[in-house]
Amino acid sequence: MTSLDTTLAALRASGRKALVPYLVGGVSDDWLDHVRAAVHAGADVVEIGVPFSDPMMDGVVIQRAADVSLGRGTTPQSVLDDVATLDVEIPLVVMTYFNVFHHMGVTRAAGALHSAGVSGVILPDLPIEEQGEWRASCTDVDVATINMVAPSTPPARIEQIAKIAQGFLYASARMAVTGAASDEGHALDVVTRSRAVSDMPIYVGIGITTPEQAAAAARIADGAIVGSALVQRVLEGQGASGVEAFVGELRRAIDAG
Amino acid sequence: MTTYMDHPDELGHFGDFGGRFVPEALMPACLELEEAFRDAWADPLFLDEYHHILKEFGGRPTPVTYCERLSSELGIELYLKREDLAHTGSHKINNVIGQALLTKRMGKKRIIAETGAGQHGVASATAAAKLGLECTVYMGELDTQRQALNVFRMELLGASVHPVTSGSRTLKDAVNEAMREWVSCVETTHYCLGSVMGPHPFPWMVREFQSILGREAAQQLVDRGVGTPDMVVACVGGGSNAAGLFSGFANSSARLIGVEAAGGSAIGIGSPGVLHGMRSMLIQSDVGQIEEAHSISAGLDYPGIGPEHAYLAASQRAEYFSAGDDEVLDALQRLSRSEGIIPALETAHALAWVFREVGGQIRRGDTVLVNLSGRGDKDVAQVLDILGARA
Ligand SMILES: Cc1ncc(COP(=O)(O)O)c(C=O)c1O
Repeated sequence: MTSLDTTLAALRASGRKALVPYLVGGVSDDWLDHVRAAVHAGADVVEIGVPFSDPMMDGVVIQRAADVSLGRGTTPQSVLDDVATLDVEIPLVVMTYFNVFHHMGVTRAAGALHSAGVSGVILPDLPIEEQGEWRASCTDVDVATINMVAPSTPPARIEQIAKIAQGFLYASARMAVTGAASDEGHALDVVTRSRAVSDMPIYVGIGITTPEQAAAAARIADGAIVGSALVQRVLEGQGASGVEAFVGELRRAIDAG
Repeated sequence: MTTYMDHPDELGHFGDFGGRFVPEALMPACLELEEAFRDAWADPLFLDEYHHILKEFGGRPTPVTYCERLSSELGIELYLKREDLAHTGSHKINNVIGQALLTKRMGKKRIIAETGAGQHGVASATAAAKLGLECTVYMGELDTQRQALNVFRMELLGASVHPVTSGSRTLKDAVNEAMREWVSCVETTHYCLGSVMGPHPFPWMVREFQSILGREAAQQLVDRGVGTPDMVVACVGGGSNAAGLFSGFANSSARLIGVEAAGGSAIGIGSPGVLHGMRSMLIQSDVGQIEEAHSISAGLDYPGIGPEHAYLAASQRAEYFSAGDDEVLDALQRLSRSEGIIPALETAHALAWVFREVGGQIRRGDTVLVNLSGRGDKDVAQVLDILGARA
């Protein structure tokens, strides 16, 4: 059990559906203000992307944001250093690709995440078979390893994943990389199959674009993750006020049920 | 004694390298493919069909050619395994026929592929046409310009070519894009990866499909009384032609030499990392961002190398060196003039190393087998541009 497990279990017990906005670290000078704005507007967890040169699970919007951030000289450590200066009350989780931490060395990376105050990590290219050393290093410093399940994941494998998953199960609503979509895809099916084998919180992500979609996802699951739709606004230069407005809309839609 | 180039472990590891680092969405497809390949590779009917197509359609076996003039000039015994004479002009056909047959066996109707120089794209389009599959090829935008004729070839063969505009717009980005695309069509589509890279079972499976060239070459040298060569040499992009060749000699006394592009030398200047579904040696920055490779040959413009090569290097069974653009151009011209064979720019890396190392790594009198992985027709326009600009 990590602290993230405890916090998110308590959140669910309180009856509140989780809203998890995603932002790309280092994308602008004031990116930490975007995080604060998201928190202020009602985020329960903020997912922070550490930009990687080859984001295999990301569509064009997040690719572009990662390029912008890398072009500004962002490094994994600079994102973590920035994050360490945040004083927000909610958990922060990092999403990136395994090479970033592999290159740092997993023990050192786990320590750096812990020092920055990060509660959990999502590594879409690190499946359970390869997670052993990483998971052990992170658990040692109370950083959760969050796992994904996809529409293609068979029941027996969902069970295997759920058994070791920490924090929440990230249910991918569709067979796609990140990016805008016009519906909730296979969310209901994935959530139903996950619920059958696990009682941990399940959040739906991938393709959730509008407040209506976020509300629909939160109705069938315990929370909704919104990435590209928010990052698109950041890339358009909407700044902290734009982030606050959109996350606020998402919050209200989710709370309206 | 350790045996080399047998099976990876259950999770696809070659020593510390390999494995399966893919999004959960692709995991079932990788497992399905592994099972289908294991099953097919043990099925005499599948093997018969594979060998029949490679013979009747692919032009196998390709010959081994003795280089009379260069051998006497260099003071070595130089032999070439002539993959340039295989259909579509390179070793790539061996792999795509295998994967296209597997695609049908799995009940899928479409393949997608990445390509650098365009050779794997052309081979994939060819196999798709032959076996009645749909085919989409992902190619870095920069490469579509460098290899415009190959783009047209693929289209003639009925494939559609998708220029990739992200990142460095070369091979590594084409792989990223093909992987992304695969996530969204994995139920109907097989990803026909072009080299011994990517997640398990690809590095092992592609090596197995390419092992036909190494087996043939070993037998051909025995048949002509040459026996085991002192050295076998192949160029290395992802490493498929080298893996195919090495597999025929891995448990012999021959030295195994892989030659990378100087600007894409993952063993020489890389460090361990995870990319494109595998743990291997990668050229990366000091904070783990993947760097762009630079080479005159689009097919070697890749910042990584197949995981089995990383293992063979770490265990010192094979040795890896590099060759620079200038000596590669010289080597291409030298083989053309001395032996009447225009090699691909990729292949010319292996030749450049041999020409440079006679008297160094190569002793006079040594028998050297080079994999002539492909013909240079695709490259002549580019070579003309470069040499023309110099004249
Ligand atoms: C003729 C030829 N040789 C070699 C290569 C490099 O690939 P590999 O290292 O997988 O053999 C290519 C790739 O495009 C090629 O076209």
